[in-house]
Amino acid sequence: MIRRIFPHPYLSLTLALVWLALVNKVTPGNVFLGLVFGVALPFLTQPYWPNRPKVGRPLRMIEYALVVLWDIVLANVEVALVILFKRNDAIQSHWIAVPLDLRSPEAITVLAGTITMTPGTVTSVLAADGRALLVHCLDTGDPDGIRQQIKERYEYRLKEIFE
Amino acid sequence: MEQIVEILVALFLVIGGVFGLVGSFGLLVLRNTMQRLHAPTKATTLGVGGVLIASMLYFWLVKGSFSFHELLITLFLFLTAPVSANFIAKTYLQARVKEADLPETGRDFGWAVYDDPPPGPEDV
Repeated sequence: MIRRIFPHPYLSLTLALVWLALVNKVTPGNVFLGLVFGVALPFLTQPYWPNRPKVGRPLRMIEYALVVLWDIVLANVEVALVILFKRNDAIQSHWIAVPLDLRSPEAITVLAGTITMTPGTVTSVLAADGRALLVHCLDTGDPDGIRQQIKERYEYRLKEIFE
Repeated sequence: MEQIVEILVALFLVIGGVFGLVGSFGLLVLRNTMQRLHAPTKATTLGVGGVLIASMLYFWLVKGSFSFHELLITLFLFLTAPVSANFIAKTYLQARVKEADLPETGRDFGWAVYDDPPPGPEDV
């Protein structure tokens, strides 16, 4: 019964918080309206997202978010340096295939997004069976090291969170 | 005190501006589409981030009202930037890149742009 009314509890919470941020004022009325949206929207959209993603360790998400935020700052500086100071023909771009251990579609989506936001890499396409990612690397002399880093730094953590 | 706050806000604005500029400059100087895709997905994120932090600091320390609108812009940016980059990359692969130029998937199936997915339970 509770599962029927709250098909996605984290989504409900997120929607309520996003509503509060949109109106930019915390008043009892806004909190109430946010909660109404938080309950109504996941309930109404339930048919389109039938399975609840398993979130094993929600607290690890905060750690993951901080690691990624820090990497985004580094990524920005790194890409800026390449753009400004590297001669165009000295930039070594590579395609890298990253085999995936993750199975849940939500986890793969988060990983793909993370790869795009972080050091010199953009997720390009998924293998047809969903078990490998094609990543484009802006400038590296060590494609294998990048693959290693993606697997150890991000995929390992996501595996802990989602599986 | 007020001066320190102003310097801090100005600092974040300048950082944001510099990264925004470098991101746009990257669009001009890099050679091919995949390389150009790197500039707006990364350098610009910090550009926008710097301006947003400056805005939050200004409203919090100068105007005295706490504003967290800005966090939403960051959130939406993090959600939309990878998706649009992925769409552009897929379109580019489809139009300009041959499958032979890419590394192998290491699986029985090729990359999704060129190969069909394995039959699911609903296709059988």
